[in-house]
Amino acid sequence: MLRAAPALMVILLVIPVLLGLAAVVLPAFGYLPVLGLTDPGLSVWRELLEVPGIGHSVALSLAAGVITPMLALLLVMLFLAAVSGTRWARIMRQLVAPLLAVPHAAAAFGLAFLIAPSGLALRLLSPELSGWQRPPDLLILNDPLGLSMMAGLVLKEIPFLLLMALAVLPQLQADQRVAMARTLGYRPVYAWLWTVAPALYPLLRLPLFAVIAFASATVDVALILGPSLPPPLSVRIVGWFADSDLTTRMLASAAALLQLTVTLSAIAIWLIAERLLKPLLRQLSLRGIRRRGQATVNFIGRSTLLVTLGTLMLSLLVLCLQAFAGLWRFPDNLPTAWTIQHWQSVGSVLNTPLGNTLLLGLTSVLFTVALVLAALEYESRRGLAPQRLLWAIYIPLLVPQVAFLYGLTLMLEQLRWQPGLLVVGFAHCLFVLPYVYLTLADPYRRLDPRWQQLAAALGASPMRVWWQIKLPLLLAPIATACAVGFAVSIGQYLATLLTGAGRVSTLTTEAVALASGGTRGPIAVWALMQTLLPMLGFALALALPRIIWRHRKAMRGSLT
Amino acid sequence: MTGMTLRLQDIEITLKGQRLLQINAQIEPGATLTVMGPSGAGKSSLLAYIAGFLAPEFQAKGEIWLGERCLNGLPPEQRKVGLLFQDPLLFPHLSVAQNLTFALPADVPDRSARVELALENVGLAGFAERDPATLSGGQKARVSLQRLLLSNPHAVLLDEPFSRLDSHLRQEVRQHVFQTLRDASLPAILVTHDAEDARAADGTVIELG
Repeated sequence: MLRAAPALMVILLVIPVLLGLAAVVLPAFGYLPVLGLTDPGLSVWRELLEVPGIGHSVALSLAAGVITPMLALLLVMLFLAAVSGTRWARIMRQLVAPLLAVPHAAAAFGLAFLIAPSGLALRLLSPELSGWQRPPDLLILNDPLGLSMMAGLVLKEIPFLLLMALAVLPQLQADQRVAMARTLGYRPVYAWLWTVAPALYPLLRLPLFAVIAFASATVDVALILGPSLPPPLSVRIVGWFADSDLTTRMLASAAALLQLTVTLSAIAIWLIAERLLKPLLRQLSLRGIRRRGQATVNFIGRSTLLVTLGTLMLSLLVLCLQAFAGLWRFPDNLPTAWTIQHWQSVGSVLNTPLGNTLLLGLTSVLFTVALVLAALEYESRRGLAPQRLLWAIYIPLLVPQVAFLYGLTLMLEQLRWQPGLLVVGFAHCLFVLPYVYLTLADPYRRLDPRWQQLAAALGASPMRVWWQIKLPLLLAPIATACAVGFAVSIGQYLATLLTGAGRVSTLTTEAVALASGGTRGPIAVWALMQTLLPMLGFALALALPRIIWRHRKAMRGSLT
Repeated sequence: MTGMTLRLQDIEITLKGQRLLQINAQIEPGATLTVMGPSGAGKSSLLAYIAGFLAPEFQAKGEIWLGERCLNGLPPEQRKVGLLFQDPLLFPHLSVAQNLTFALPADVPDRSARVELALENVGLAGFAERDPATLSGGQKARVSLQRLLLSNPHAVLLDEPFSRLDSHLRQEVRQHVFQTLRDASLPAILVTHDAEDARAADGTVIELG
């Protein structure tokens, strides 16, 4: 059984992506036998290129795909440099996991309610500072350049990159590097930038590529914060896919391939920029800058950290206010009346989406955690190289979702699979699995090998060692991985929408469906529900090991 | 109790084509072979080879005989070779009694009585339900040794087991360990840096490197 786990994992991760991509290739070149179209050619592409505003859409996607990760990386590096060795580092560490739990859609709604012309930010400034008595006529949300969309993406990707960085910093012995550089006279912020950052960057590359893929092809954040005339490419693809005219599907197929090209181009641009910047940064790090401007760099790092994490938390606060707000006239900072009416209205239709969300989340977590544990145990028993599966793990994160999910749905349709919970759950696993693996692999491999050697020497079989020693010792990271997986499943918008053919409703699909034209109260309630569940998961993951091991002092430390 | 003899026949361990050690030895029941040498000389690899955990980058040949059994090719859990590490390594998620019970072979009856007795033997009666993290260094060392004995090993490997103890405790634990192994007629191999250990083990000493 264990032997099959790694293979099963790779098949589960790679095959759907390849099949999904393959399924859009033929229709994109004019071959769709269902419609009697068997004359391949480039006509679909000509049609695609003539779609009004398609160039603008592509440019938006490409810009989001390059600018978002660049800003997020820059900020993360500055934060880490500015807080290295201070109390801030611990605060940041504790904030990262719960902030990561906030689904993209919820964060985007929160940000929208914060920065909209009638949002909390301008209310706080008005009328005292701005003089506005009514919401100004500014196009802040859905701005044509996609700035608010990119802001939303950066805000949400920062906790992700921070978590990835914090996970690998110990293995770089960052503290020792900083201490060494400080004895050579470098101030902490430069000690970190010149000695830790260059070693950290290569380990963040794959996560960054995942950020590029996500940002260049986001649908939910684009629907909430992004421009609408024209929207980014990914949103248009989803629109075409939903079109009842079957020939539009060929257009959608070609556009899906175009989306893949856009994402790959964003990665290519990133690689070129990387190559150009590397020698410059290397030179800069060898210039011997020890203290000049360190106060400025520290200030920038810390203040942007405060601003971004603060904005994310304010966004959540706005959601809470909005969910209970009755009457809330414009320049007022707080609502003049409170109500639970929004909760009542949502509550009456909550059961199905909530049930589906829980069912999808729990089953996909159960399945993927079991699979990942089996694969890691097989790897540990065979002494296999830890890096060998990493590319497979990242495939569903690197290929834009909209490109292969669309093809996958086409294929399942032709196989006459009924869209429903089973297919959606399977699609969720595709995205839950990589995150579960990335969370668990490191603690699993770092477990002191002497525990299992000792247990085996005492006569315990490998199975007994696994169940009675390794898994209990790893309870805390396993619980965290479950919480991460649960959060990922809850956040899935596109996978649920496409593979469920719009018929499987979850908290996320309900919330995003209200993006255009919904009223703020119910939106806030849905977004809060969507945030509450993963937070509950993280709280449980934190509490459970502490309760179970309340009589075991050493298990509450940092064993893993 | 009549013990078994541990025989190492022409054992040779190499790493990337470089020979680390070559050893030929016979350890009688109750006797201890001490292997000394600088770090990197392959002392721990020798123990790993005998216990069945040698990392794949090492190559090793030579036969290991324990009584009438050849251990080569057996999985670690069937070798009946007990291990003592630098740290007592009591499983932190189990109570003291559960640590001991884990070591008992499945066919042993009266399990809790056996565990109670083992604790009494080392002056730790009443410690059964304790969290191992609350024990003192000397108590942990004693529980660790009792756990090893309850697994009914036929030979014991000691990997610098006293090096992490304070000097006053070291003397006491050392005496306790060697006396116990002698009483149980177990052949043992001790790997150490400390000449005091070798003297207390009172057996053949091999210098590596």
